[in-house]
Formats: sequence, C-alpha cells, structure tokens
Amino acid sequence: MPRHFHMKSIKSGHSPDRKGPPARGGDTRYARRYAHPVTMHPPPKFSSSGNEAAERLASMADVTASDGALRRFLHGLPGVDPVGLEARAAALGTRSIKTTAKAYAIDLAISMIDLTTLEGADTPGKVRALCAKALLPDPTDRDTPRTAAVCVYPDMVATAAAAVAGTDVKVASVATAFPAGRAALPVKLADTADAVAAGADEIDMVIDRGAFLAGRYLSVFEEIKAVKETCRRPDGTAARLKVIFETGELSTYDNIRRASWLGMLAGADFIKTSTGKVAVNATPANTLLMLEAVRDFRAATGVQVGVKPAGGIRTTKDALKFLVLVNETVGEEWLSNHWFRFGASSLLNDLLMQRQKLSTGRYSGPDYVTVD
Amino acid sequence: MSDARLSVLKTYKLFVGGKFPRSESGRVYEVTDSKGKWLANAPLSSRKDARDAVVAARKATGGWAGATAYNRGQILYRIAEMLEGRRDQFIGEVADAEGLSKSKAAAQVDAAIDRWVWYAGWTDKIAQVVGGTNPVAGPFFNVSSPEPTGVVAVVAPQESSFLGLVSVIAPVIAGGNAVIVIASEASPLPALSLGEVLATSDLPGGVVNILSGRAAEIAPSLAAHQDVNAIDLAGADAELAKALEIAAADNLKRVLRPQPVDWSAAPGTDRLTAFLETKTVWHPTGSLGAGGSSY
Repeated sequence: MPRHFHMKSIKSGHSPDRKGPPARGGDTRYARRYAHPVTMHPPPKFSSSGNEAAERLASMADVTASDGALRRFLHGLPGVDPVGLEARAAALGTRSIKTTAKAYAIDLAISMIDLTTLEGADTPGKVRALCAKALLPDPTDRDTPRTAAVCVYPDMVATAAAAVAGTDVKVASVATAFPAGRAALPVKLADTADAVAAGADEIDMVIDRGAFLAGRYLSVFEEIKAVKETCRRPDGTAARLKVIFETGELSTYDNIRRASWLGMLAGADFIKTSTGKVAVNATPANTLLMLEAVRDFRAATGVQVGVKPAGGIRTTKDALKFLVLVNETVGEEWLSNHWFRFGASSLLNDLLMQRQKLSTGRYSGPDYVTVD
Repeated sequence: MSDARLSVLKTYKLFVGGKFPRSESGRVYEVTDSKGKWLANAPLSSRKDARDAVVAARKATGGWAGATAYNRGQILYRIAEMLEGRRDQFIGEVADAEGLSKSKAAAQVDAAIDRWVWYAGWTDKIAQVVGGTNPVAGPFFNVSSPEPTGVVAVVAPQESSFLGLVSVIAPVIAGGNAVIVIASEASPLPALSLGEVLATSDLPGGVVNILSGRAAEIAPSLAAHQDVNAIDLAGADAELAKALEIAAADNLKRVLRPQPVDWSAAPGTDRLTAFLETKTVWHPTGSLGAGGSSY
C-alpha cells in the first residue's frame, strides 16, 4: 500500500520573509496589520480529483467487494469516545488567536468560504449579487481575498458560472435531490449531470440517510460512486465531489465515522457535515471527528480528502475555532481552500466586520457590509 | 445568636442584553462611599464588554422602536412602579454614594421615580409636539414624525449617581432608542441595582445596557463604534468629551455635548428630541377632479 507521509507541503504563498501590502493613507494608526495576503492556492500536484485517486482506492477494493465485507469493515472501525471527542473539540476552541495571527486567519477563512444561497426564493439577480460579493467581498478594501466558491442550486449554476467566469472563484452546486436526497437514482444522476453540464466545478451531493441508517451501506456506496462517475466531463476532467452526510441525522458519532469512511472509499473529494437545513449542523466535535477520519484515511490509502463543515458557523470566533481544529488535527497541508471549506453565508459579513476592526481600530457594524 | 450572623454581601454585576454578566475581563474595582469606606466591588468593564453591549442593543432596537408608543409608556411606568417597591434600597445606596442624609437621598430617589413617570407620559405625546402635518403648495399630504436614532451610548453624570442617571436613560428609551450607559465611575452601585429593576419591568432585554468602569477606557471605543448612532457626553470631562466627539465624527454620530444641568429641575423635552430623527413623508392626495383635490 503506497504511503505518502513525506509529501511536499501543499501550502504556499506566504513565506515568512514576504512583506505585506504597503500601509495606505499615511496615518499609521490606520495602517493595515495584515502581514501576508491570502491568495487562492494553486491546485497541488497531489490531487484526489483525478483518476489517480481511483487507482489508489483500488487497494481498498476488498472491503467494498460485498455488502457483508463493507459492513464488517465499517463496524470494525474503532468506536468514538464521545466525551473525549467533545472535550478535545472544546479545549481546542479555547485558543486565543490575536493580532497578526488573527488577521491571517480571517483572510484564510474568507478564502475558504463557499458563499451559499440555497433558498426556494433564489432569483438570477440574487445569485449574481452573491457572485459579485464572492469576487469583491469588501468593496472598500480590495485587498480582501475572494471566497473559494459560490454554492447554488443546479438550475442557478449557469447564472453563477457566467457571473464568475474568468476568475478563480469556483461554482459549487448541490445535487442529488438536495437536501432530503429522497429521489430515485436516475433522478439524482440527472440532477448531477445537469449541474456539471451547466458548468459546475464542484458537486455537493447528499447521501441517502435512510439507506445508511437502515444499514444498506453498499447501496449508499454504489450511489456515491455513480454520482462520482457522473461528475466526469466529456473532456476527461471531473467536477470535485463533496459528499454531505447530514451529521445531524446520523444519531451517533460512530455513524459519522462510518459515513466518513464510506464516503471516502466511494471516491469523495470532500466530506461535508450538513446541508444547513436541519436543526444540528456543523459542530466542532463532528468536524473534529471527520478531520480525524481524513487523516486516518490518508495514512491508510495515501489519498487526501477535504473537509467542509457547513451550517451554523456565523461568527469569526467560530470560524477561527474550526481553523485551530484543522491545524491541530491534520496540519498545515489542509489549511488551504483546496482542502478545507466553510459552507456559510452570514459568516462572511462577520469576518469582514472583524477585518475592518483590525485595519481601522474601530468596531464596524452591519451598515458597512452588504446585506444579502 | 443574631450577632453571630454573617451578612450576605451583594455581587454587583453588569446589565447587558437583559442578563447580568460579570465583566468579560474578570476585573473589578473597589467602590467606596463619600468618606472612603469600602462598599462593594463593581465590575471594571472592558472594551469587549462595550462591544457586546452594542450587539445586544442593536438586537433590541427593532422590537423596541417597533413597539407602540403607548406600550413603551406602559413599560416605563412599570419601571417607576418597580422602583417604588425598592425605594428604601435605592435611598441607602444613594445616601452612601453621594454622602447625603437619608431625607436628602429620599428626595433624590423620589425625584428619579417621578422622572420615569414623566417620560412615560411623553412616549405617545412627543410625536404631536415635534411632528405633524406641514403645509405644502401642491397636491400632497406632508407629514413629519419623529423616529428613534437607534443605538445611543451615554456617559452618565458623575456626581448625580441616580437622579442624573435616570434623567439621561429615560428620555433615550422613551423615544424608542436602545441605550448603552456607562455609570458614574465613583458611584456605580445605584446604576447596577437599577439593572435589577429594569430586568423585572417588562423592558425587553438589550434596550438598556449598563456598564460600570472607567469612562476613559470604555467610551472611546463606543464613540468610534460604527454601529452606534449617537452619544450623550453628559458625564464626560472637557478633555474626554473632546476626544469622544472627534472619534464620533467618523460615522457622523449625533453628539450631545456635556452641559451644566440641574438634575432636580424639570427637564423639558430637549433630551428626548436630541435622539429623535424627523422623518417627513410626501403622500399624493390622489387624483385631482375637475373641481380640484378629491380630498
């Protein structure tokens, strides 16, 4: 089994000796305290989006050969200690991130956002407004990094793709009968194919929680594989696949660990906590658990998988806690928007207000950010 | 036996968002009476407490400004009722804080209670006094009405720890604003106890937020805060007032400059109108018939 413990660091773009942007305005009180601009990282050589990943996964083929083998494997995963997990997540949440570290973390968090609108009332105009915000989050400060992507329903993909065309902002689309996932497989695949054809760079699929909770793991596995296959474009490239588990509906931490492995074995490029449509969404504890899963998965298979907590992350403080979890669990290699994302909408405004506070010294207010 | 009883000391806390938190910083400072005898420890608020208070106040503005003026009046009157029931406690605290005799302190507390009632009456009357219909040369109704400014920061008077405090808070909230008040630095205890009265008076949480500590430390961040709409400098000394006014200029805050005030005199409506914005609406009278206006 190939192991890749000594990969070249994926992180780049902020070597310590690099100088920040020059202070503007002449008044040093208002000088920007941002040491390093955060930019979109170039996709690393080691990517899970191509055929290479599928080949590596072949080494795990025996555990997915039959329903019984898959069940034995998933139920053979170590049980989760819920008290320990929550205590560790809480302990890591107490880190104090200040001054330049905070400035860096805020910019990093902004660059990791999948700016999301998933409402029945979405209009082309609203989607275009969202894209404009993704491209220029803070019109008063053009040094603000762009968000990683915009996330919309499949029928809005074409609108969003046109709005962000020619930029490094990706278009992510939910698919497979989001958010419930209660539709026949052909419908889900058509939903996915539609989004990919319309220009989606990333597909956020939901798993069939009903099948998962009923213990039909192989049917969930086959469904993810089928969607992954549908993500391929005619030219041989593929949209990156994010697999949403809806952790709030999985009842136990053990189930979240099993779902994580199941999704990764089936070829997920990202595992994602939630749809944002149920009561319990991303929490530090379930995100920590999924981070441990991607760490262990890479150790076992050599395949790196991204993590995306989504829903309920609204404040800068929360976002920084998640970044600490990433750094302490899987390390710097995941600290880029190629491997870690936030599914959020209102979080961006809070990050921008904190950013304005750091750069001006004055507390900002909601009158100074765009209201979506 | 009764001699052996240990008295229970009161922990004075801030009043923010309808709750009673300690200072986020964990700091306290000693509060003494006019002769220097220790009375209690009061929270020494930090800039973060001020920021949290602004968030709480902003959250409260919609509901409070949207409540009917009559309803606001009822709640202000309710505050007076609750104060009446705790009159003795406040007389004791004011007497200690300001070095007054019981009878003089009682006069202060009674005047403060009467002031709540006075402003309670104004809530649904101020619109008639400062608003109304304007005569215009055209087929329009032209109506002006006072609207609350929003979130107001107040540096409470330093000397008059209770009557002065009430005289600056009551007009702000009577007009429909939410307020963050920095209590008198030397005598914050009546203000912190007032929080307990407000919490039991049907006043929505966050409409009044009371901080104790050093005005020179907390007030500058409130004055510069982009989400604060107005600031009342009643208790700021000349130097601090100047600095605060400069900081407040950045987002064009309304500023009420400190002025010598006799808190025991009838207040008039100046402090009410200082934190009201006039909204004027032009409304077409409708189709003009052959004989002129259809109205």
